[in-house]
Amino acid sequence: MHYESPVREPLITGDKSYHDITVDVAKPIETNAPRSWWIAFGVALIAFLWGIGCILYTIGTGIGTWGLNKTVNWAWDITNFVWWVGIGHAGTLISAVLLLFRQKWRMSINRSAEAMTIFAVVQAALFPLIHMGRPWLAYYVFPIPNQFGSLWVNFNSPLLWDVFAISTYFSVSLVFWYVGLIPDFAMLRDRAINPIQKHIYKILSFGWGGKAKHWQRFEEVSLVLAGLATPLVLSVHTIVSMDFATSVIPGWHTTIFPPYFVAGAIFSGFAMVQTLLIIMRKMFKMEDYITIQHIEMMNIIIMVTGSIVGIAYITELFMAWYSGVEYEQYAFLNRATGPYWWAYWSMMTCNVFSPQFMWFKKLRTSIMFTFIISIVVNIGMWFERFVIIVTSLHRDYLPSSWTMFSPSFVDIGIFIGTIGFFFVLFLLYARSFPVIAQAELKTILKSSGENYKKIQEK
Amino acid sequence: MANKNKSVISVLFNDDDVMLKSIKPIREKGYNIREAYTPFPVHGLDHELGLARTRMAITAFIYGAIGLSVAIALTYYTMIVDWPQNIGGKPSFTWGENMPAFVPILFEMTVFFAAHLMVWTYFVRNGMYPGRKAMNPDPRTTDDMFMLEIEFDGGEDELRQLLKDHGAVEINLVEKADEEAPELEEAHA
Repeated sequence: MHYESPVREPLITGDKSYHDITVDVAKPIETNAPRSWWIAFGVALIAFLWGIGCILYTIGTGIGTWGLNKTVNWAWDITNFVWWVGIGHAGTLISAVLLLFRQKWRMSINRSAEAMTIFAVVQAALFPLIHMGRPWLAYYVFPIPNQFGSLWVNFNSPLLWDVFAISTYFSVSLVFWYVGLIPDFAMLRDRAINPIQKHIYKILSFGWGGKAKHWQRFEEVSLVLAGLATPLVLSVHTIVSMDFATSVIPGWHTTIFPPYFVAGAIFSGFAMVQTLLIIMRKMFKMEDYITIQHIEMMNIIIMVTGSIVGIAYITELFMAWYSGVEYEQYAFLNRATGPYWWAYWSMMTCNVFSPQFMWFKKLRTSIMFTFIISIVVNIGMWFERFVIIVTSLHRDYLPSSWTMFSPSFVDIGIFIGTIGFFFVLFLLYARSFPVIAQAELKTILKSSGENYKKIQEK
Repeated sequence: MANKNKSVISVLFNDDDVMLKSIKPIREKGYNIREAYTPFPVHGLDHELGLARTRMAITAFIYGAIGLSVAIALTYYTMIVDWPQNIGGKPSFTWGENMPAFVPILFEMTVFFAAHLMVWTYFVRNGMYPGRKAMNPDPRTTDDMFMLEIEFDGGEDELRQLLKDHGAVEINLVEKADEEAPELEEAHA
């Protein structure tokens, strides 16, 4: 009935039964947190509180507290926004695209990757909101009837497309995640001994009982949501890139932006998944489910998307030269050799050079090396957005307004704050949610579990 | 409360394949399997039980079409009818000429409606809402046990023997038919 070629490596190692999967997934919730969790949580919380302070200072005093000036009017805020949205791409990619391609290895990582997506999009959404200066008027971005002489939003504007794309992406990802979580919450509810805990999981699990008809609907809903989320995930960063590509700024006005941004987003998203999962599998002893093979697969995706990003960088340079437009040519010359050369070359080193190490099996199956590269890639992707935004703006068409950008402590504080907020959310999630989609994982135990594969070989 | 004409037995298996193989002989003997509870989606179970195909995907298509219509109406009303603007020398005279700029909105709203309304439908059809009492009668069915509820008309021992032969690990009589034990029926249900 279940058969898989013995050539394929097992996706679940150790002698696991269905009950063992239940116990292992419920363990982080039912036991006390390890000391490493408390340390990480404390650090993240301090960073988060510092970020809140800086946000309140910004809202109270104004955007003048940032390092922006009249030439560089987008800088760290939009860099951080695009960086976080990009990170938020891997989760839905893993759960939706890999579901459509029937990649079984997605099952033990999709839950955490989707959680990461949702938490990253929360961070991303903060930046446009506070960049408005008057966040209490944020409802202006929605097409609601009003008394200002029928003042509607402009549906021709990519910035408005972004509002629609990100809110659709966030809410659909959240719902997709939650539909998958319900059977696992039901498992926790049925195991819970503490009455308060039992009650909470009872509320969260919506009465799920695993009836045959419900599972049939569950599978169809998951498949349709995956089908809807796949073009959605590609549309989000496409539209983010159009914020730039539809403008007339040299270095932004290029048709290559949508695929280039999407590849970059997947690249950085997988890097962040690696960072989080390598910590999580160690902290909660999930090595039997998140195996070296999972890490290797993700490294291959990082290598492929990193190379696509590299080709995009080179294409941009070529097109700048080939176009014959001197402003375009200068923008790229300025990126590589101008005052921000260090940002450009950090980007090139981190994003194009470093993933090439993954061609070597020894390196892509090394956990320590993967962890280092995953952080290097995320630094590189942050610089990519910084280079695109700041170097294109700081020397515009009018040399008299040329200037430099330097972040204020508030810029830095808000960025650090969002990293803290992200980890606060993720660490709380890891202690209260089933971090592995255990119901789905149980479906592949007989075909991809180590013990069952051994029986098959005999 | 409906009259109970038939008794119900619940049977537990500890393996999905054993449960799946037992369904055919049970149904061939003329017993009706009222419900199955499993910890994960067992492939082929809906087919063995003779369940009809789900129509969730069809609802998603309808909701998507509604979303697309809403997006067309919204962009048409706001950009063409109510407050036409001349943006960058490109005036909004007709919806058709402006349509390319609306594609992202049309797409996002189609997805938004299809996904959210389908999930609402899924919750409503399953009778699921926050805080509902667990639908599975045995908590072990979300862990590693697979349960079938089988209706029968007398001949309990025969059914028990059939189930045992097919690998059942636990068999319980959960409901008795009315004529045998009318007191089981709650008076003010």
